[in-house]
Amino acid sequence: MATVDLNRVRKSYGAVEAIKGIDIGVADGEFLVLLGPSGCGKSTLLRMVAGLESITGGEIAIGGRVVNGLEPKDRDIAMVFQNYALYPHMSVFDNMAYGLKIRGLPKAEIQARVAKAAEILELGRFLDRRPSQLSGGQRQRVAMGRAIVREPAAFLFDEPLSNLDAKLRTQMRVEIKRLQDRLGITSLYVTHDQVEAMTLADRILVMNHGVAEQVGTPLEVYQRPASLFVAGFIGSPPMNVLDARFDAAGQGVALPGGTAFLLPRPRPDMAGRPIKLGVRPEHLAVTSGDGPLIVTVDLVEALGADTVVYGRLPDGEGMVVRVAGLPFCREGETLRVGAPPDALHLFDAETGRRLAD
Amino acid sequence: MTRDRANPRSGGRLMDMVPHLILMLGVLIFAFPIYVTVIGSTWDAATIGRGNLPLTPGGEMLNNYASAWSESQGNRVMHTPVRIMMWNSLVMALVIALGKIAISIISAYAVAFFRFPLRMVFFWMIFITLMLPVEVRIIPTYEVVANLGLIDSYAGLTIPLIASATATLLFRQFFLTIPDELVEAAKIDGAGALRFFVDVVLPLSRTNIAALFVILFIYGWNQYLWPLLITNSAEMETVVIGITKMIGNGEAATDWNLIMATTVLAMLPPVAVVVLMQRWFVKGLVDSEK
Ligand SMILES: Nc1ncnc2c1ncn2[C@@H]1O[C@H](COP(=O)(O)OP(=O)(O)O)[C@@H](O)[C@H]1O
Ligand SMILES: [Mg+2]
Repeated sequence: MATVDLNRVRKSYGAVEAIKGIDIGVADGEFLVLLGPSGCGKSTLLRMVAGLESITGGEIAIGGRVVNGLEPKDRDIAMVFQNYALYPHMSVFDNMAYGLKIRGLPKAEIQARVAKAAEILELGRFLDRRPSQLSGGQRQRVAMGRAIVREPAAFLFDEPLSNLDAKLRTQMRVEIKRLQDRLGITSLYVTHDQVEAMTLADRILVMNHGVAEQVGTPLEVYQRPASLFVAGFIGSPPMNVLDARFDAAGQGVALPGGTAFLLPRPRPDMAGRPIKLGVRPEHLAVTSGDGPLIVTVDLVEALGADTVVYGRLPDGEGMVVRVAGLPFCREGETLRVGAPPDALHLFDAETGRRLAD
Repeated sequence: MTRDRANPRSGGRLMDMVPHLILMLGVLIFAFPIYVTVIGSTWDAATIGRGNLPLTPGGEMLNNYASAWSESQGNRVMHTPVRIMMWNSLVMALVIALGKIAISIISAYAVAFFRFPLRMVFFWMIFITLMLPVEVRIIPTYEVVANLGLIDSYAGLTIPLIASATATLLFRQFFLTIPDELVEAAKIDGAGALRFFVDVVLPLSRTNIAALFVILFIYGWNQYLWPLLITNSAEMETVVIGITKMIGNGEAATDWNLIMATTVLAMLPPVAVVVLMQRWFVKGLVDSEK
């Protein structure tokens, strides 16, 4: 068990800068999820921690010890790969035991550790099988077992559930969470799936183009996204973002069509300035007649528990509304929609950063 | 399933038989010379010498094989006993096959898994030697081997044939199919380059190794031109060379019965290797067990 500290970590591939200076301290036993779209540098960052990629700049420390110059095997980490990366010619037992054998642990100790991991992961019956004789979920568990038996300072996961079907993914997600709670081992977990991130993480690091956009608990990231990027990436369907402008007194913001929203706290300093106004589809409410937004319905998606309405404002801007329950309107209808003041998110029109509130 | 579909239709049976007939014809054409050889090895020299060999077995089989196997009792000059020639051939084929596999799997490992300066230069150099079969470089190679004093030795017989671009390329292609993540998992498990080679790469390559062994053993066994140059003494003769030398040059009658017996014996080891390793051989050619 240990902390993992990244200090202004950078990575370049020739002229291309994949990681542009990331700072994060992962506490002992914490579950940190690296979340971001494909190609944003999550894997690169994780592989730098693992020692599989060289570090162009900055420092990585595991358990207080700088590991920049250490081989993967000397970093006291274990990694779970997306494709499991099991040794195809070894039994499940040998797959888990291999790293321990190399480290020269006594046979009895190896036996005991593998037996314990197999019990936790319910792999006891499969110890003699080859990976090819297992299902995807079982292979995934063997990969986890291989990490567990090492009793490392930190677990590194690179999209470990991406190759599983939806049902198994949910199930394994719960298992990983339970396992990490039980073992309390510091974990870094890469994913592009926001649901995985929200459910697993103690904290999420949202990445975009090699930059950390925000670090926070899942609820912080959801409730107070630090940038338009985070606002758009977390939440489904994504947040509605509209061009707007502060009124002359800074008491509220108005859309180009004239629709005005009162702010919970006035911002006289911003009076008259352009702004991006964000509001989540699930925070919009359909009102009986006095809602400030007039939405013409384009498409209605019935999800069962919820209904998602895709529509447009009079000026043609798209608007998504998510309401609990069964469909209540049809295509072509107009709805009056409103949002409570504390559901409004304000972002700087130029930088896309959240305005301090 | 596709086979079942042909049967219910009228004429299906006939359509099934045509390929079989063609195959049987092929087998006959292929097998007949071997049959003649086997039959020939059971008659005495005089019968064959008259020029009309019966197509049924004769009674000289034990005699022929015994005299081919050990010392000559035939009409012509002393020939090397088959048991010595077979031994020479066996050593040559085994050393060539195993040597080629050992050298090429290591070179392929280097080219496929390591980043070192001039890696692609080395790769292309290996690749280019594909265009230089033994026959092309035989004179300079002979010169080198002669200067090293390796004429009439197993080393001279085998070492120049051991380098193998083909096997190196085959192994490299196979190694490239081993996922990067597996290599990385092994790194994290703490396996160094040598351990990874022994614990992971070799076991994963075993069907490929078996398939190559069959091919290379036969290649080594059938070598003709090189052993012809490099062996002078009768003690070093290989069986393929021996057979040609047994054919008389007109001064003495040729012992066709002994040649036939020797030929049959010479066929046995390659056949044995193919039969014994058939399962692995096919597996190595068909799948890569991953
Ligand atoms: N070996 C490499 N050489 C050059 N560029 C690379 C290499 N590996 C990754 N990259 C680049 O770095 C960026 C981040 O990649 P990666 O970390 O794999 O993204 P993610 O895991 O978030 O999808 C990508 O733009 C990718 O093209
Ligand atoms: Mg990735």
